[in-house]
Amino acid sequence: MADPILSVEGLSTGYGDFQALFDVSLSLQENAILGLVGANGAGKSTLFKAILGLLPRGRETVRFRGRPIGDARTQDLSRLGIVMVPEGRRLFRSLSVAENLTLAAEFGRPGEWTVERVFDLFPILGEKARQPATSLSGGQQQMVAIGRALVANPDVILFDEISLGLAPIVVNDVYAALPEITGSGIAAIVVEQDVDRVRGLAHSLVCLSEGRVALSGPAGDFTKAQLTAAYFGEQA
Amino acid sequence: MSIVEAIVQGMLLGGLYALFAAGLSLVFGVMRLVNIAHGDFIVLGAYIAFMVVSLTGLHPFAALLIVIPLMALLGYVLQRLVLERTLGEDILPPILVTFGFAVIIQNTLLEVFSTDAQRLSAGSIETASIPVAGMSVGVLPLLTFGIAVLLIAGLEYVFFRSRIGRAFRATSDDAETARTMGVDTRHVFALAMALSFAVMAVAAVLLAARSNFDPFAGPARLIYGFEAVIIGGLGNLWGTLAGGVVLGIAQTLGAQISPSFQILAGHLVFFLVLALRPRGLFPRMD
Repeated sequence: MADPILSVEGLSTGYGDFQALFDVSLSLQENAILGLVGANGAGKSTLFKAILGLLPRGRETVRFRGRPIGDARTQDLSRLGIVMVPEGRRLFRSLSVAENLTLAAEFGRPGEWTVERVFDLFPILGEKARQPATSLSGGQQQMVAIGRALVANPDVILFDEISLGLAPIVVNDVYAALPEITGSGIAAIVVEQDVDRVRGLAHSLVCLSEGRVALSGPAGDFTKAQLTAAYFGEQA
Repeated sequence: MSIVEAIVQGMLLGGLYALFAAGLSLVFGVMRLVNIAHGDFIVLGAYIAFMVVSLTGLHPFAALLIVIPLMALLGYVLQRLVLERTLGEDILPPILVTFGFAVIIQNTLLEVFSTDAQRLSAGSIETASIPVAGMSVGVLPLLTFGIAVLLIAGLEYVFFRSRIGRAFRATSDDAETARTMGVDTRHVFALAMALSFAVMAVAAVLLAARSNFDPFAGPARLIYGFEAVIIGGLGNLWGTLAGGVVLGIAQTLGAQISPSFQILAGHLVFFLVLALRPRGLFPRMD
């Protein structure tokens, strides 16, 4: 297999005395989508936070293009090429839609994704560019959050529960945009509760259970039953 | 002095109060830090200007070219070395630490400069006045007010139209998310503090050219700044200017009734606003 663009090796971390991840490893290939599944509290968001340096992690435990980045500061990762679409969207409420995107573009990397191209991908955002970002509907806010990641022109996007709290039809819209995103040369790790959706989308799958990797491999290798078992922490 | 004249003078005085308040408002808006030493840093700025003028012989306004960068640097360094460690969920630590700064500044200034009142001589501009509609309006107060309006317009522009202003607001909203997008939030906070100190430097020189100052002049300046911010409404710099004007007019009208009533009249109007409109006249911040 080719060298992964992003890899995690033997990562353990937690919040203070509480250890949330135990010896987690995974690797993301260039231009690929990795589905990260697991029950609530399995450690999916914690893993993202650790990759981004919001939680302590060892220098060698996270590698980007083979280079250890476990000691990189959070604010330097977007310039390296790793950004996140956070759970709950976390748009800046004092900023308009356009300002949320502009800020991300200004502090990210230059490239083919511009604020205008995000408006092409999600035309409704162009219409509401001057509105406060948090005045939009949930699905539209999610589009801003995704757009904010894109305009940083990353190599890797970490999508955390982008369907959470959205109506099913809106979720379809949001996921419909993913192929154009990954088609433009961006690899992604997608955290998603809907295992079926992930199976149809991802090239490879990692299932976390109670902070440990319960299952890992190409998406086609697993039956739904195997995934469900790993999801709920049962021994396969 | 006629009532109209008192109102005009009070309005112009309000420009100075808005300058006291703008830096305070900026820092609170960006990082929820209440700088209890704000007035003392203004007085420190006045003493720095006093030294620069003594050493170089520059006009106080020309000395601003040195005092502004010095104060901005002081603000940046203080934030990085001390104040950023006090920031968190609890707003009490920054209040205690800046209170400590207030005590240190007052006593250091006392040690170095004694209690003698000082003043910056701005030359003929101090006493110059121009006739406006039958009144005589002081050039220095007019200039102070003009500078306050320009500075507040400038701060509004920075805050709402510029790259660093977007970073200020984003960091204030959600520092963690801002960091994941490449914003160095500690640097951003320190830049906000530097900007606050730069505004203080301007306020310091205008204060020192207008009236005497001594090492203990700071707390009253802090109070006027606070009152202007609260009267105007949190998070609205134009409101802060309006708050300064309301306070200034209350003081000059109070002085018309009795000279000893001047300061108290300002405080009473402040309490009145606080009682009737606790969020200020023009609130913008939640």
